[in-house]
Amino acid sequence: MTLIAERPAVIGHPEEHEHGRLGVLGWLTSTDHKVIGKSYMLTALAFFLLAGVMALVIRTQLAAPDSTVVSQHTFNELFTMHGSLMLYLFVGPFAFGGIANYFVPIQVGAPDMAFPRLNALSYWLYLTGGLTMVGGFLTVGGAADFGWVAYAPLSDAVNSPGAGPDMWIVALVLTGFSAIFTGVNIVTTVFYLRAPGMTMFRVPVFTWNMLVTGILILIAFPVLTAALVMLWADRHLGTHIYTVAGGGVPVLWQNLFWFFGHPEVYILALPFFGVVTDVLATFSRKPVFGYRGMIFATISIAALSTAVWAHHMFTTGTVLLPFFSLMSYLIAVPTGIKFFNWIGTMWRGSIDFTASMYFGVGFLVVFLFGGVTGIFLASPPIDFATHDTYFVIAHFHEVVFALVYGAFCALYYWWPKMFGWMLRERLGKLSFWLFFIGTWITLISWYIVGLHGMPRRIAEYSASTGWTTLNQIATAGAFVMAAGVAVFLVNVYVSWRTQVRAPGNPWDGQTLEWAAASPPVHHNFTWLPPIRSERPVWDFNHPDHTTQQVHRKEAATAPSDPAAVKTAHGQDVGEERHP
Amino acid sequence: MSSQHPGVASNRSCRRRAVLRKASVPFALLAGAVVLGGCKVPTFGAFRGATTQGHAEFKLWVGLFIAGLIVAIIVWALILWAAAAYRRKRPDQMPSQFHANIPLEIIYTVVPVIIVAVIFYFTVVTENQVDAVSRHPAERVHVLAYRWGWRFTYENGQGRPQGVTIQTTAPPRALALPATSSQYPQLVLPEGQTVRIVLDSNDVIHELYVPAFNFGRFAQPGHTNVFDFTTTRTGVFRGQCAEFCGLYHSEMLFSVRVVPPATFGQWLTTEQQRQAKQGATS
Amino acid sequence: MKVESRFLLFLSMFAAVTASIYWFTSYEDAGSVMLLAVCLLGLLPGGYYYWWSRRMTPRPEDDANASQSDGAGVVGAFPGSSIWPFVLGLGAAMTALAFVFGFWTALFGLTLAISAVIGVIVESRRGGVH
Repeated sequence: MTLIAERPAVIGHPEEHEHGRLGVLGWLTSTDHKVIGKSYMLTALAFFLLAGVMALVIRTQLAAPDSTVVSQHTFNELFTMHGSLMLYLFVGPFAFGGIANYFVPIQVGAPDMAFPRLNALSYWLYLTGGLTMVGGFLTVGGAADFGWVAYAPLSDAVNSPGAGPDMWIVALVLTGFSAIFTGVNIVTTVFYLRAPGMTMFRVPVFTWNMLVTGILILIAFPVLTAALVMLWADRHLGTHIYTVAGGGVPVLWQNLFWFFGHPEVYILALPFFGVVTDVLATFSRKPVFGYRGMIFATISIAALSTAVWAHHMFTTGTVLLPFFSLMSYLIAVPTGIKFFNWIGTMWRGSIDFTASMYFGVGFLVVFLFGGVTGIFLASPPIDFATHDTYFVIAHFHEVVFALVYGAFCALYYWWPKMFGWMLRERLGKLSFWLFFIGTWITLISWYIVGLHGMPRRIAEYSASTGWTTLNQIATAGAFVMAAGVAVFLVNVYVSWRTQVRAPGNPWDGQTLEWAAASPPVHHNFTWLPPIRSERPVWDFNHPDHTTQQVHRKEAATAPSDPAAVKTAHGQDVGEERHP
Repeated sequence: MSSQHPGVASNRSCRRRAVLRKASVPFALLAGAVVLGGCKVPTFGAFRGATTQGHAEFKLWVGLFIAGLIVAIIVWALILWAAAAYRRKRPDQMPSQFHANIPLEIIYTVVPVIIVAVIFYFTVVTENQVDAVSRHPAERVHVLAYRWGWRFTYENGQGRPQGVTIQTTAPPRALALPATSSQYPQLVLPEGQTVRIVLDSNDVIHELYVPAFNFGRFAQPGHTNVFDFTTTRTGVFRGQCAEFCGLYHSEMLFSVRVVPPATFGQWLTTEQQRQAKQGATS
Repeated sequence: MKVESRFLLFLSMFAAVTASIYWFTSYEDAGSVMLLAVCLLGLLPGGYYYWWSRRMTPRPEDDANASQSDGAGVVGAFPGSSIWPFVLGLGAAMTALAFVFGFWTALFGLTLAISAVIGVIVESRRGGVH
């Protein structure tokens, strides 16, 4: 019987060390998915903090009527860049470039991504693209100031001249290619680099969601890139694709943008659905409830998300209202399945409330209401009344705040695996409560002020509108949330200064990453457990508590030595196949 | 040029309603569906809609909000119950490893489908009411949005110009005045009559948004949107451009004044004469 | 390969059905074309996998009963470290910036990008098979 230790047989360069080169050169030349994944996460978090500071400035401006904290022009730049950084450079890249890059290969038992150099190229395009976008602030006319959706014809050369908007376009093309390359990498890795026995229906839910996200990236990002190229041509080559003057159609931009934009919402959300699924199962000491249902729900959400783009365009008066309304409503069905499966996963479990689990449950609580208000907005008449108001702002911030809970959930869950030391639990819970309270303070006041008719993207309002108090409450909530993020940073610093070493499997995890060391060695595994379900590490550690009868039988005869257990599994399997 | 300030009476009743509305929000959120048994439907923070179209939207909103709140409360309760009841009591506690329940999963797939079907039905009904365009409007107003102002041109029911144009006179400035200020244009509408709005833009995309009418619609270059307002009560309502349109987006304000039809006729005649005289002298 | 192909073909079929419903209810070209593109995007790899899944023996990762030893051996050649992705990324970014600042940045950018492409090819031929 060949030992599993030999499975990750990998060919590298002769000069390659166990950990590659060290220092800056090591970082520049690394093609290791773990290094790239961590670089992605760090860069994305930096953009998150920058965009968060912009949000605080925006909230400070809006805390008083007739406010002049920043000029109108600066305000427009700030909300544009806040949205762009958060959506294009933080949530997405953090998920598919960061955690997926790190954990998809490990969860399927692969030594690396399928195309390591392409993976490195993705990161460099992301970094240079991100810096280009932020660099817009250094140009004469300032950064892009047409909103993160860049509706034509506001984004054309007449209404938004200057290098800043051009840098925004170029940055999105660069990060768009980066995302496409990562999508290709993830899909190929899941299709071709799975360990033996890791059939598609044993792939952990997180990785399944990343696979679907990868496909969605391939569907959505090329459309955005094409739309941007045409926008650039309109600005510089004198074409009239989006301008009425030469027979163009402005609403085409919205069709193209939202055909990217709505799958993009699920590109952002699906990874964190996956994170939370894995986390709930681990900390409940149970398998994922309705594993297959979960996967079919993910696929249905992805499919439906390609046919709902125009629910962002109900008020244009140019779209087929019932079609897009129905499609949008239908997304509630697979999302509902997911919610009940999450509850089923916790049900009658043995839930360990770690900081990660706090954020996981927080995700459920916050995302649920974001989903419910999404249902309201999928109704065209209600959208007419609330489109472009703070009600919409509250709705989608509720959704993306939930994704931030997902991000923290992933960080607290996988931090020991990635860095080899634990984060402090109590600081983590403090950070959660601050963030959670701040979230609701901000969101509830936004919902109400939106219903009272406050439009989005206004730099100031008159006191006669009566919106002042609600805006002040919202601003207070934003600062409470910022305090929560600050506590997280303190947590990282404290935990780094006095490190508590992390064992290989601190949470009694279920999926393959917990079979690797903390942090995993180069090319990830020195051995792999046998894979007989979607949670091989659990089956290996708890042979009496697997979900499949055959394992209980095997386990009863298994000796205590791990290596021997592996062999025993292998032999059993062999006998099953050739009776 | 409209220089009338909002009538004192309607202003006060507006404010009282606003206060009531604000006070009703937390109460409605707490009491939820229970309050529905009362004589007056709670607003859940929204405007009741000062047009028949807006009121149709309002009724849909109340229904959806109650349904959504019930669903949310049930699911929240399940989440929190599961999280609270099944905390780990002993470190070695090992739960039962059940992982699927097909009948249950079918139920919670089918029930949302039914809910969606019901919601969709009411949505389509309401949407048709809101979007319906009368064949014989009493009046037509051509609204042109531009950076950063509005121009309202009055036409009669047959589309013949009536020589009345109301336009923004405020220059873009550092701070916006209240929407009802005389430098922002005021759209005067007759109460109880159907007015056709013909909306477009000559530069970028704007949005004509009247919160009290529960209605907003894009003003786009190259595409004309047409819709009706059938007002149901008099008063002065604020309006604003809601779609970001560049530097002074926050100052693209206007107001709507709904007056009895007789007053509207008087106003129209006065304006016609005034604007004709102005046109002759300038 | 079966599950993979079914997954992609399902997306493709969904997009085909949606595209036809959408076209015949709205006659809106942009959305219909994009939905058709989604259909093709699923059909090409999905059809390819389907074709292969009927002709190949199941791989160890498709075999529910495979043991780790079934997959022993070379998984693939993974480059250890390489400077060229960084150079190529930098070159691509500088080339892209030419669309903002004029074509002089493309001179540097293209130089970097081309040398990176040559570098990767040389590296793969020399080092990739060790």
